[in-house]
Amino acid sequence: MEQKIILEMKKISKTFPGVRALTQVDFKLRKGEIHALMGENGAGKSTLIKVLTGVYEFDNGEIMMDGKKIVNHSPKDANENGISTVYQEVNLCPNLTVAENLFLGREPRKAGFIDWKTMNKKSKDLLKSLDIEVSPTVSLEECSIAVQQMIAIARAVDMQCKVLILDEPTSSLDEEEVEKLFVLMKKLKKESVGIIFVTHFLEQVYAVCDRITVLRNGELVGEYEVEKLPRVQLVAKMMGKDFDDLADIKGDRSFDSEKQEAVIEATGLGHTGTIKPFDITFHKGEVVGLTGLLGSGRSELVRAIYGADKADSGQLKVNGKTVKINTPLDAMMHGMAYLPEDRKRDGIIADLSVRENIIIAMQAKRGMFHLMSRKEMEEAADRFIDLLQIKTASRETPIKSLSGGNQQKVIIGRWLLTNPEYLILDEPTRGIDIGTKTEIQKLVLQLADEGKAITFISSEIEEMLRTCTRMAVLRDGKKVGEVEGDDLTQEKIMETIAGGETTNE
Amino acid sequence: MMKKNKSKNSLNSSTFLLLVTIALFAVMYIAGMIIFNDRGFASPQMFLNLFISNAGLIVIGCGMTLVMITGGIDISVGSVTALVCMSAAYAMEKKGMSAYTAVGISIGVGILFGIVQGYLVSYLEIQPFIVSLAGLFFGRGLTAVISTEMISIKNELFLKWANCKIYLPFGTYNKHGAYQAAYIYPTVIIALAVIIILTVVLKYSKFGRALYAIGGNQQSALMMGLNVKRMKMQAYVLDGFLAGLGGFLFCLNSCAGFVEQAKGLEMDAIAAAVIGGTLLSGGVGTVIGTLFGVLIKGTISSLITTQGTLSSWWVRITLSALLCFFIVLQAIIAYTKKKNINKLE
Amino acid sequence: MSNEKTSLIKRITSHPLFMPIVCLIVVLLVNVIKRPDFFKISINNGVLYGYLIDIINRASELVILAIGMTLVTASSGGQDISVGAVMAVAAAVCCEILSGGEVSTNEFANSFVLAIVAALVVSALCGAFNGFLVANLHIQPMVATLILFTAGRGIAQLVTKGQITYVRVGTYKVAGGYIGKCPIPTPIFFAIIAVLIAYLVLKKTALGLYIESVGVNGSASRLVGLNSTKIKFLTYVICGLLAGVAGLVASSRIYSADANNIGLNLEMDAILAVALGGNLLSGGKFSLMGSVIGAYTIQALTTTLYAMNVSSDQLPVYKAIVVIIIVILQSPVFRKYIADIKKKRAVNKQAMEGGRS
Repeated sequence: MEQKIILEMKKISKTFPGVRALTQVDFKLRKGEIHALMGENGAGKSTLIKVLTGVYEFDNGEIMMDGKKIVNHSPKDANENGISTVYQEVNLCPNLTVAENLFLGREPRKAGFIDWKTMNKKSKDLLKSLDIEVSPTVSLEECSIAVQQMIAIARAVDMQCKVLILDEPTSSLDEEEVEKLFVLMKKLKKESVGIIFVTHFLEQVYAVCDRITVLRNGELVGEYEVEKLPRVQLVAKMMGKDFDDLADIKGDRSFDSEKQEAVIEATGLGHTGTIKPFDITFHKGEVVGLTGLLGSGRSELVRAIYGADKADSGQLKVNGKTVKINTPLDAMMHGMAYLPEDRKRDGIIADLSVRENIIIAMQAKRGMFHLMSRKEMEEAADRFIDLLQIKTASRETPIKSLSGGNQQKVIIGRWLLTNPEYLILDEPTRGIDIGTKTEIQKLVLQLADEGKAITFISSEIEEMLRTCTRMAVLRDGKKVGEVEGDDLTQEKIMETIAGGETTNE
Repeated sequence: MMKKNKSKNSLNSSTFLLLVTIALFAVMYIAGMIIFNDRGFASPQMFLNLFISNAGLIVIGCGMTLVMITGGIDISVGSVTALVCMSAAYAMEKKGMSAYTAVGISIGVGILFGIVQGYLVSYLEIQPFIVSLAGLFFGRGLTAVISTEMISIKNELFLKWANCKIYLPFGTYNKHGAYQAAYIYPTVIIALAVIIILTVVLKYSKFGRALYAIGGNQQSALMMGLNVKRMKMQAYVLDGFLAGLGGFLFCLNSCAGFVEQAKGLEMDAIAAAVIGGTLLSGGVGTVIGTLFGVLIKGTISSLITTQGTLSSWWVRITLSALLCFFIVLQAIIAYTKKKNINKLE
Repeated sequence: MSNEKTSLIKRITSHPLFMPIVCLIVVLLVNVIKRPDFFKISINNGVLYGYLIDIINRASELVILAIGMTLVTASSGGQDISVGAVMAVAAAVCCEILSGGEVSTNEFANSFVLAIVAALVVSALCGAFNGFLVANLHIQPMVATLILFTAGRGIAQLVTKGQITYVRVGTYKVAGGYIGKCPIPTPIFFAIIAVLIAYLVLKKTALGLYIESVGVNGSASRLVGLNSTKIKFLTYVICGLLAGVAGLVASSRIYSADANNIGLNLEMDAILAVALGGNLLSGGKFSLMGSVIGAYTIQALTTTLYAMNVSSDQLPVYKAIVVIIIVILQSPVFRKYIADIKKKRAVNKQAMEGGRS
């Protein structure tokens, strides 16, 4: 029964300036098993992976492969030791062909020259054996993200790896593609490859994995066999606390949208290429959720309303008046606020201070020639640091040195300062510790009680069920339905997301 | 939900740019032949002169193409050329060294620049523009340190090389009916050899493909196990070597060294690469394209010299305008590409 | 007690203007050692004389350029290398209008104001051209400005028809000379006024904050309602305009438009001034005062090198070395390397102390 251990990491420690990222972590991977690496954001999963693949050097500990001690100084070393990695954001070169991406750095050669013919043929065979429908001679940028991901896996598979690391590979795949990936993983498992599977999706863990290793705060919580660890316990182990905070915070909130005036009314609004024309209404004091799989158009819908992607069809009414929104500034002038999905890329202005990050939207709204006085700025910053309990050394600290949760609070503070009537929160709780998560959810409800219209987007349906009174469902860039009242259950929403008839071409 | 791949459209952008370039060259040259037919523009020798007077630039442009494929740039090449000419001239005329030594010095200077700039760019990750801007000023300044006076080269062997005509088996008859065989200089052969070798290297060697990979996505290239820093370093050293070699070819053409020499040559080289379809953002480019870029530049200058009344400043201005046009074209292509990808998803 | 002391020292040394001022002091000290009469200022023929005055006077164009370069660097993370050429264009336009197309003139052929305005409009247009390429077409700043860097002097040559156009009129010499009986050279006033205006604009409007915000994160800035395209564009126009002003001052000094030599190599000095001022060449937060101090430091360095019999052709060698040293010191890789060494030392020290106790 006991399989052979192929990879063993012993007492791994790693510190970054000021942070202990990993403390004496052990990890074992057996031959032919799929091993889930679980933990909340910041638990040390990605650090552990990066240590293993030689992206980071570790401070203490050792890595054994097949009983032999190995040291990886770079991903190349790791590759040579039989460890391959497929990352969430595809690490391939868009300007090269599919075949080249499969064989880069190990091209078949004839008399010292790259043998393109053999390379293309080998690629064709490889892709066929894995059921990936793409021609080896097209350039990678022509392929969809899902196909690119499959190509990355194909590359790893072909490199005869003994250990395959899949770092959140499923987040940009649709269900069918995930299924295909699982088939592939099981196939590799039979060929006795050890697979480390990092994911956020619990269902997927229970669908394919044999064992689970849980990390928390850079420490090992434990290693478990899947059958012996029910979901609830897994969640508890990851979060390290009991479920008090996850209790029903909505209470008996009921909401009758008929009685409230509409703040935002969109009819036929759309942006070519990202979101098909949709109708939607948001009322005062209402929290409306947008759900759908990643890439279904939920972010694109709000971006069209907010003017981040200028809508090219339909019309928008704010408080009953038709308005034209060309830029985010127009939207802000009409009382909108938008907390973007990607905090690092679109949210924080890293080198600027907490104070500047809080007042920037307000200042932009006022215009260049009406600079807020230093005193106004400081008061505003202090007010929100206080109100949202932002943990920062001072208001002049650069926002980049705050933790993810506190950065997100700063961004929320930035928008609350503009006193919006309509607030869009796109994944406000992503990558944030559980305590702050609950705080943010409570805040959302509190703001709605104050009469703000709120649109809430999250990948976690449970979180939305706790906060929203109505949910709009999107699929493939199209709004496909709304769910409210008693229908607001996980099953009903899942059903709507999946769609009545199968429309897969 | 597999998307059907439109492989027929896939080649478009880079091939399209190259085709635009070749067409542009053809149109310009044919126009020149028609307008200035009476001044000998249509003769084969006129065409060969394009290569003769731009042999150095072709070699330097190839080096530029290499670093631009990795996503970098090198604006020091003009100054390096001046420095190479000056040191070669100084070595031969003031120190009495042989022409062979002068070749060695020239290439050594180029490689030295390549090593230092390559190290700063690849290992210390400083913006290539800043590094080579410093190189530009450093090279030009050092030229002045060697000598602020112009040094003409009178070394016999050197002049023999410089004036060694290689006759081709075809030619034309001049006004008096005498047969004149078309000729080239050895510099042209070297330049063409560089083009051929680099085409093969870029297409059929690991190193060549690695350069494209780095330009396409440096992070990915690293993750795929390429030694990005070393490859980039090598690209800059090779670029330096080619700048040294190109500088020496340039010197064979001018037979002198002086401070103001080859001023703005970096612009010619960059323009040639960009006009030839090399993307400023890296990852795309061919030396054949660059060759055509150089030929376009050469045609512009011969058109303007043949015309006779326009000042030589027009060459630079036209070239700048052309560079500007191609940069804008690239920006537009990149923009539509981005839009298409958005649509795909 | 000692803690307080170290914290005070730390506060001084970590001040953003600490390094720029130290650099300036070092250069000045070198001069004082070589030349004890360095700080001596005398009055000859009713005007001020002295090394110091000379440095401050000569640095004026550079200070004006450094302001524009700082803004451009902050907003776009790249530099405008066409400023020297734009100076030449502005000078050519102004002189050509004043001389009415002649090679040399002893009286204005056209209105003085018209010439100045035309020159400034043309230089602002040059800036707008750069700005359009960078902000609207997203072309790397240095590549975009490379176009005018090489074409600019050609354009200036065309304007002056390849000649050096002289304007031998008293009024035209004022900007590069002296106002009436005032003993202080006029360029100094130009520099002071430019710095003052820039300072006030940054202090009284949100432009500075906008520029920093756009420079740090363009996409986030757009979502908080800033028009990053417009802001980047604006910085390039300002940079072009300031280059025009600097060009006019430089032209007034020699009462002519010398397309080949006005503003020659000044782009390098301006970039150097920005870097010496403690600003990151990759953009983001900036310090205007740092750049101004940087500009004076460079000019002091130039004057020092001249005094050491380095010819103007050879100057770039030294400046290039200084630039490389600064960018190496600024580079994150180098900083990390130093930090690692320090950390190792600290660990060793700890280990040794631990061993002792």
